[in-house]
Amino acid sequence: MLRQIKEAFRNPKFLVGFILFVLLLLMAIFYPMISMYEPLTYYATSFEKPGTYVNILDIANSEGVKLNVDTAAGRLDSVLTDDQKETMKDWLVRFGGVEESAIDLEDSESFLKLWQDNYDSKNPQKGLRTADKKAVARLDKQLTTALNSDSIDIAGKNEEGELEVVKSIPGDHFINAGSVGNSYTFPLGTDNFGADVLTKLTSSIRVSLRIGLVAGLIGTAIGLTIGLLAGFLGGWVDNFLTFVTNIFTVIPSFVILVLISNAVSASARGATMVSVIIGLTSWPWTARSVRSQVLSLRGRDHVNLSKLSGHSMPRIILQDILPYVASYVVMAMILQISSGILAEAQLSMLGLGPNTSTTTTLGIMMNWAQQYSAMQSNSWWAFVPVVISITLITFSLNLMNTGLDQVFNPQLRD
Amino acid sequence: MAEMARELGKSVLKGENITKVFGYGKTRTEAVKKVNFDFHEGEVISIVGESGSGKTTIARMILGLITITEGTLLFNGQPRDISSGKKRKEYWKNIQAVFQDPFSSFNMFNKIDDLLLDCINMTGGKHKSDKEKFDMMTEACSFVNLKYAELTNKYPFELSGGQMQRLMIARIFLLKPKILIADEPTSMVDACSRATILDMLMKLRDEIGMTIIFITHDIGLAYYVSDSVYIMEHGAFVEAGPAEDVIIHPKADYTKRLISDVPKIYGEWDLSTVG
Ligand SMILES: Nc1ncnc2c1ncn2[C@@H]1O[C@H](COP(=O)(O)OP(=O)(O)OP(=O)(O)O)[C@@H](O)[C@H]1O
Ligand SMILES: [Mg+2]
Repeated sequence: MLRQIKEAFRNPKFLVGFILFVLLLLMAIFYPMISMYEPLTYYATSFEKPGTYVNILDIANSEGVKLNVDTAAGRLDSVLTDDQKETMKDWLVRFGGVEESAIDLEDSESFLKLWQDNYDSKNPQKGLRTADKKAVARLDKQLTTALNSDSIDIAGKNEEGELEVVKSIPGDHFINAGSVGNSYTFPLGTDNFGADVLTKLTSSIRVSLRIGLVAGLIGTAIGLTIGLLAGFLGGWVDNFLTFVTNIFTVIPSFVILVLISNAVSASARGATMVSVIIGLTSWPWTARSVRSQVLSLRGRDHVNLSKLSGHSMPRIILQDILPYVASYVVMAMILQISSGILAEAQLSMLGLGPNTSTTTTLGIMMNWAQQYSAMQSNSWWAFVPVVISITLITFSLNLMNTGLDQVFNPQLRD
Repeated sequence: MAEMARELGKSVLKGENITKVFGYGKTRTEAVKKVNFDFHEGEVISIVGESGSGKTTIARMILGLITITEGTLLFNGQPRDISSGKKRKEYWKNIQAVFQDPFSSFNMFNKIDDLLLDCINMTGGKHKSDKEKFDMMTEACSFVNLKYAELTNKYPFELSGGQMQRLMIARIFLLKPKILIADEPTSMVDACSRATILDMLMKLRDEIGMTIIFITHDIGLAYYVSDSVYIMEHGAFVEAGPAEDVIIHPKADYTKRLISDVPKIYGEWDLSTVG
């Protein structure tokens, strides 16, 4: 056994899978600890982009530093959306007499220059509705305001309630973002509730891994016990256990899973409960293969010899049968962990997963992203990292499994 | 040798109409059909037959590893009773086996020491001191020309097939059963180890006076080692009796065929020298 473990760590597939898995595990364990956010607390409005959010008042109150750089292009980018740029480009081509090939939306500076040179609100703009003409004019005004590099005065009420200039902010002043009093970074933005996606994601990975692990352990333990007993004892015990196993195999386990989950009220469905339910439905496959292996093992002479040496039945099962199926069982368990994680995701997508107010899992995150149309609103950060995480976890587990398979069955090695 | 055995007389194992049926319906096979036998104390018996004739099945029934479908087996004149774990354990103190394939006879996860210690514990040596146990294991190993010091802490897969089979005989040396079933113990090892292993079995028999049931497909071998021979074909005994009677004056066609096949394998085999 020790020899095989050593060999496993020399197998590149197993090693890569293992390292990947450990990295995910470490991230899932430690990031929620060091993160300044709670996974289930709402910090922002829904679906804010990834980035650092700094308090505007704090910026206004900060003393700036003058930098000798051109600020126009940067402002243009922050003020205009891609759609608005397209509208402007369209206008320039139709009414401004600019060649389409001469416009490069990526080069903000030259685009801005083209616009300022060619836009004229007095242009007849034949074919454009009045509303659209006004919209373009507004866009131009917005630009002019934004590009104003003169200072802006900030007014506040004095004791008499009259407005007076409190501060003047020059257009070419900068402050160090890190020195702003209130600044919050959401590396992966916020989700539909305004929770920090990265904190929620790592916390979800942790819960999902735990669900997979518990489900895998339960499923494997049940499958192993039933397979060992049925295969070794034979007779009516085998007939009965095989009958039960067949029933569970014939009905798709996901259907049983949905039925049981439905029967348990949502508030009672914690992560542990869900993993137990998944584990209770995922054993037949293991039971069948363990049984057939034991069946061929029990007639082997080393088992006969053990009987002749007067060993008891439990001892024979533990010492003469179990070690021979152990490698297989480890591999089956790895696959069960991975399918347990997927099963939770599927259940949660159906709204039958763990209670959403107390816990968060990868499946729950997917479900919320879908319900709040994250895909339609291009809020990729709310679901792409989740999908990548699920993929990485199952990928690493399957890689470990393939590696182990090569160690245990050397003829598979290429 | 043969005369001696018949004088010993006392029956240790007697089978009456022993039958074994595997499966049912379409897969039903009658592996052993109503066989009768009588094995005596100190006797060497050979059961000879082709592959698939049911030799191993008889051996397993006698050992109590599989149930007997029909028939009675008398052990020391009494119907054999292995209905409880305790009775089985007691029975197995009297009857032991060496199997055909040494590579599948060992648990590959247990060290060699565990195997030998098991034997010492089984024969009531549980309370012996480590030194005594060590001496017993050393003695058993040297009986089969192995050095315990070189085997200790090793796993079975680090040994050759011949060494494994010798270790199995060392195990019998420690257990000292009344009856030993040797199921083709030499069919999977090279010719050189084959002679050594047979030698050791015979030496062991002389030392502790046990009954040996020797299973083989090689009638020449059977003649050399045994007092009585049982010829088996398709699950039934077609001929049985003292070795020289059966082999020099075979009655059944099947026995004649087995004998006529022998010279093709052993050039030096010559029945005229027998007498
Ligand atoms: N567990 C079993 N289930 C079903 N059939 C069996 C079983 N064991 C043996 N048989 C059948 O019984 C017959 C006799 O088998 P057995 O192993 O006793 O032959 P054998 O004489 O020992 O052969 P060999 O010389 O090859 O060892 C064979 O036809 C075999 O297929
Ligand atoms: Mg056989």
